[in-house]
Amino acid sequence: MAGGGGHIGGDMSVMETLVALYFREMNISPENQNDPDRDYFILSKGHSVEAYYAVLCAKGFLDLGDVKKRFSKFGSPYIGHPNNKLAGMEMNSGSLGHGLPVAVGLALGNRMSGRTNRTYVVMGDGELAEGSVWEGFMSGHMYGLDNLCAVIDRNHLQISGNTEDVMAQEVLKDRVKSFGWHVICPEDGNDVDQMIAAFEEAKQTKGQPTCIIANTVKGKGSPVMENKASWHHHVPTPEEYDEIVKDLDAHLAALG
Amino acid sequence: MNTIANRKVICDVLMEHARTDKDIVVLCSDSRGSASLAPFFQEFPEQSVEVGIAEQDLVGISAGLAKSGKKPYAASPASFLSTRSYEQIKVDCAYSDQNVKLIGISGGISYGALGMSHHSAQDIAAISAIPNMRVYLPSDRHQTRKLFEALLRDSKPAYIRVGRNPVEDVYDSDDCPFVMDRATVVTEGEDVTIVACGEMVKPAKDAAELLRGEGIRAEVLDMYCVKPLDTETLLRSAQKTRAVVTVEEHAPFGGLGSMVAQTVSAACPKKVLEIALPDAPVITGTSKEVFDYYGMNAEGIAKKVREALG
Repeated sequence: MAGGGGHIGGDMSVMETLVALYFREMNISPENQNDPDRDYFILSKGHSVEAYYAVLCAKGFLDLGDVKKRFSKFGSPYIGHPNNKLAGMEMNSGSLGHGLPVAVGLALGNRMSGRTNRTYVVMGDGELAEGSVWEGFMSGHMYGLDNLCAVIDRNHLQISGNTEDVMAQEVLKDRVKSFGWHVICPEDGNDVDQMIAAFEEAKQTKGQPTCIIANTVKGKGSPVMENKASWHHHVPTPEEYDEIVKDLDAHLAALG
Repeated sequence: MNTIANRKVICDVLMEHARTDKDIVVLCSDSRGSASLAPFFQEFPEQSVEVGIAEQDLVGISAGLAKSGKKPYAASPASFLSTRSYEQIKVDCAYSDQNVKLIGISGGISYGALGMSHHSAQDIAAISAIPNMRVYLPSDRHQTRKLFEALLRDSKPAYIRVGRNPVEDVYDSDDCPFVMDRATVVTEGEDVTIVACGEMVKPAKDAAELLRGEGIRAEVLDMYCVKPLDTETLLRSAQKTRAVVTVEEHAPFGGLGSMVAQTVSAACPKKVLEIALPDAPVITGTSKEVFDYYGMNAEGIAKKVREALG
């Protein structure tokens, strides 16, 4: 990408979640992006915007060539966090801990209006240290929002290192469950099929919201960056870039 | 003496409109009683949302509701609403451009004896500094009604601060002069301009009365629209008078006084003197006792005008 910035590690851990949502689960496309009955998506871990750009380009909301050319450049609309002036992006984010309360409001408002659409929000695991996330868990349960599905991209790493060393989340499943949510823990959150199965289970869950704790790998796709905290916002050198692309191409070839 | 608080008028106006506009939603953070919104919650349970004592959630949920097409009005004590949920106001409401109306109740030093934790003397400065946010401080019950009727017609975010107690009327009736985002000229005069907002408009009007007896003619502006500041009316008054005095229930930095001084000094330099709360925790007391102590009353304003005209 042009601007020389970005948060590649978190992009790669959340990619399968976004692909499952945008290509299988959600009723959303450039054609219905202003239809109030569409499904809504909030990227609360806004720093994974590069993955979001890639998916929105593949879905036809944005032009990939233009995004690659102008990302983070002077005067560019493609900044380092989601911005709802761009097609396909519902809300601005970037500051962590905002997405869940906003998603609660969306799900609640849609239900009040008698709609049957769904709201999805994706958070990071480091983000869970923000108190506002737990305010959102409380209110999502209080209003029994079964049209709301939250995903935690559980890659175990944040900017300073392992989440368990920074602010431990080891009893995460029990915590979220104790807040009154249905919790699903796909073994491999980087497996699209497992994520789709989880989203289907969420849809069938009535009377309470669902939280999917997706067990993922930060920097998924190449040993150069997998499970390395420094890749939170490390920009690859030309050598690293070549190696990563080689690894990703190999994955692609294996998929046929 | 008027016994109807501005917050009560807000509830009345919202209820009148909620009967026909089902998209109006009122949210509280365990604050429906202090906001005088209990009647709304009672009559419109389907259009009411309680979030508990969680101001960040309050504002985030409001933004989400707005995104879904609702017209949320979130009411919470101004002290907590303006600072605890500041980032949600900045990112979820203003930056994301959502139609959220934030009602800061018991604003300024309404909660007199409860201490600085409960005072909102920074809200004008803090919220005015956010692009795409508007800040309104209506002066009396009649203007509050006019303001909310105007706000119900627009679709941009705004912050409105009102006090806890009834304030004396500035205007005679609900037919009071009101143009959205334009200051109201309360009294006309050629010697000095007094710019006030919120609960300080009434003492400013009374000060003009006092000064008239001394042969000083004061032009009083009700600048309920602190942001966007009505610079046109302000400069018209400033140009024809010799000095400007500002009065606000706010810290001395970044509020009405600062904005007026910034505008006047750039366009028609005149002496601008400011009356505001101190840059310190305010003294303990009722609103009236505190205002009297800091000269935020008719006599104090008149004194400041004499000083300005020196």
